[in-house]
Amino acid sequence: MATVDQTQAGALPLGSSTPKKRQKSTLAQQQRRWGWIFLSPWIIGFLAFTAIPIVVSFVFTFTQYTLSEPDKIRFVGLQNWQKLFSDPLALSALGVTIKFALFAVPVGLIIPLGMAALLNSKHLFGKRIWRTLFYMPYMVPVVSVIFIWLAFLNGSDGWLNRGLRLLGADPPNWIQDEHWILPAFVLMGLWGLGNAMLTMLASMQGVPTELYEAADVDGAGPWSKFRQITLPMISPVIFYNLVLGVIGLMQYFIVPWVVTSGQGNPNNSAYFFNMHLFKTAFLFLDMGYGATLAWVIFLISLALTIALFTTSRRWVYYSSGEN
Amino acid sequence: MATAAYPKAVNTAPYYSVQMRRFGVIAIITLIALVFTVGYLSPLGNMALISVKNNAQMVTSSVGPLLPVDPTNFTYEGKDYPVYTVPTDQGDKQLALVKKLRTSSQFIDPANPDAGLIEWQGSWRTLQPVFTLAPHWENFATAWDTINFPLLFRNTLAIAVIGMVGTLLSCICVAYAFARFPIPGKNILFLILIGTIILPSQVTLIPTYAFFASIGWTGTWLPLTVPHFFANAYNVFLLRQFFMTLPRELDEAAMIDGAGPFKILTSVIIPQSWPVIVAVGLFHFIFAWNDYFNPLLYLLGKPELQPISVGVQVFNTRYNAQHPELAQATSLMAMVLPIVIFFFAQKIFMRGVVITGVEK
Repeated sequence: MATVDQTQAGALPLGSSTPKKRQKSTLAQQQRRWGWIFLSPWIIGFLAFTAIPIVVSFVFTFTQYTLSEPDKIRFVGLQNWQKLFSDPLALSALGVTIKFALFAVPVGLIIPLGMAALLNSKHLFGKRIWRTLFYMPYMVPVVSVIFIWLAFLNGSDGWLNRGLRLLGADPPNWIQDEHWILPAFVLMGLWGLGNAMLTMLASMQGVPTELYEAADVDGAGPWSKFRQITLPMISPVIFYNLVLGVIGLMQYFIVPWVVTSGQGNPNNSAYFFNMHLFKTAFLFLDMGYGATLAWVIFLISLALTIALFTTSRRWVYYSSGEN
Repeated sequence: MATAAYPKAVNTAPYYSVQMRRFGVIAIITLIALVFTVGYLSPLGNMALISVKNNAQMVTSSVGPLLPVDPTNFTYEGKDYPVYTVPTDQGDKQLALVKKLRTSSQFIDPANPDAGLIEWQGSWRTLQPVFTLAPHWENFATAWDTINFPLLFRNTLAIAVIGMVGTLLSCICVAYAFARFPIPGKNILFLILIGTIILPSQVTLIPTYAFFASIGWTGTWLPLTVPHFFANAYNVFLLRQFFMTLPRELDEAAMIDGAGPFKILTSVIIPQSWPVIVAVGLFHFIFAWNDYFNPLLYLLGKPELQPISVGVQVFNTRYNAQHPELAQATSLMAMVLPIVIFFFAQKIFMRGVVITGVEK
């Protein structure tokens, strides 16, 4: 306001209604200008690192473009898109990715849900300690997670197989076995569920206690209370974690890349779609086809997100219209 | 509060029996939590024990003892001889193997070496060696030196701190804009910002990489730090939620005192927002410490610039087979700092996660 006065004080007669109005609008204008200034880091960043790259990567899908020879970029029409359907590695990698997601998405919802329900139980002694211990593995760097679990899943002297043998089982050689490598990745993923657990727990704690008290009066047991009250009340958070989980799994990369040294073996059973993208773009430097693979991930993620949002109307319950 | 859960009709039993039942339920639930936690965290135990094992123990036996052990030796006439459990007429004895022969061997009794050599019939290969507990703490020193931990630590710290400064400066400004200023189309812009959370990063990856390569930034820290000076959805959301809870009266009072928007930000908003600012800073620090993909991509072939995540992965991939104990030691070293930060700041952390995860 002080600045407004300085620029206009001399010119404007005091006390009349018009200048007041004009002063107000100048203030609003000025506020707006300041708003854009403070917003500008994100606007610039969004254009530079999101909007323009999305468009450019779409344009790349119609080109032959090798990173080492950027001057030789040329348009090839739909060649890259056609190649996609005759690329057996891409199709099998997509199959592996989808198969894994069908395993990992339910596990990634049910396990944290169970952990949160346990932490939310009024009969649990020492809640805060358990919460800390349940969440802690989420803080471990992914590279450490991988090597710690590789040792734990080691076919001969890892603790898991030692334990299974004690129970009389004949455990598999996890990551060397094409049928057991994806379950091994699901197990490694158990340490990445801390955020899902914590958001579900917070949501459970927000469920009004009157609902449970009313159910008690009706003689409802713990399971039916969980099914009829807790689950519907926390469904927005389950939905949020479902969307993030599905999209995250479409991009699954680091664990199979490190565990199989980028090979996806045994027998391509751990060759994920995103590994194919990474190899195509950054090892073979074929940016045109790489961009096409990236757009495939984008389109599938988009389709899945839209599908999830459409079905969500049927099972996600929002208690207030505001949300 | 817990007794309220029991309908009054059931409460006809004597008071102590209700108490006993309650105690039983607590014991069972807590036991479930304990069993689950032991299973959930057992890979840490596996790691801890391997990290102090003798390399010889890891390599020679595929399913050796669980604990870090060394074979027991006995020194006899200036030479070391391995100790075995030998079945004799007087039961099993622990004897040192002096002379190995195919059908019979000569042993010495460590408890009574003056008695001279003992002849034992049978193949010494069938005997079980005797072990002594021996944690090899020096594995950590070896791992520290071989991966050049100080260099990796310095690189990681620099990348994390530069990015942290960037993300704080930019996200505070952007969140302030969203929380306080009448920008036309603000809601749509905010929706776009939140939408970027579910955008797969692959779709922007290749042009971004090509751009950084064309201006010569690949092989430097710049692609890992500069983009953080342009805000990101999670942190802006977290800060905006907090800023919106601050009363506007203080802004207005400062405005009447002649403060401009920038002055209001630095002298009114920020001083009230330390908890959330610390949370954002810590989130970024942990993110940068744990990030593997971006440094892998942009620092390929530049070991002198790589952070700890890439350094540990490169080392472990190469040596995991011959030196599992060092691979476990480096994995432990890489996780110590994030875990320590988490234990000291867990309240701040968890509140931040809940705000970004539940309130959307």
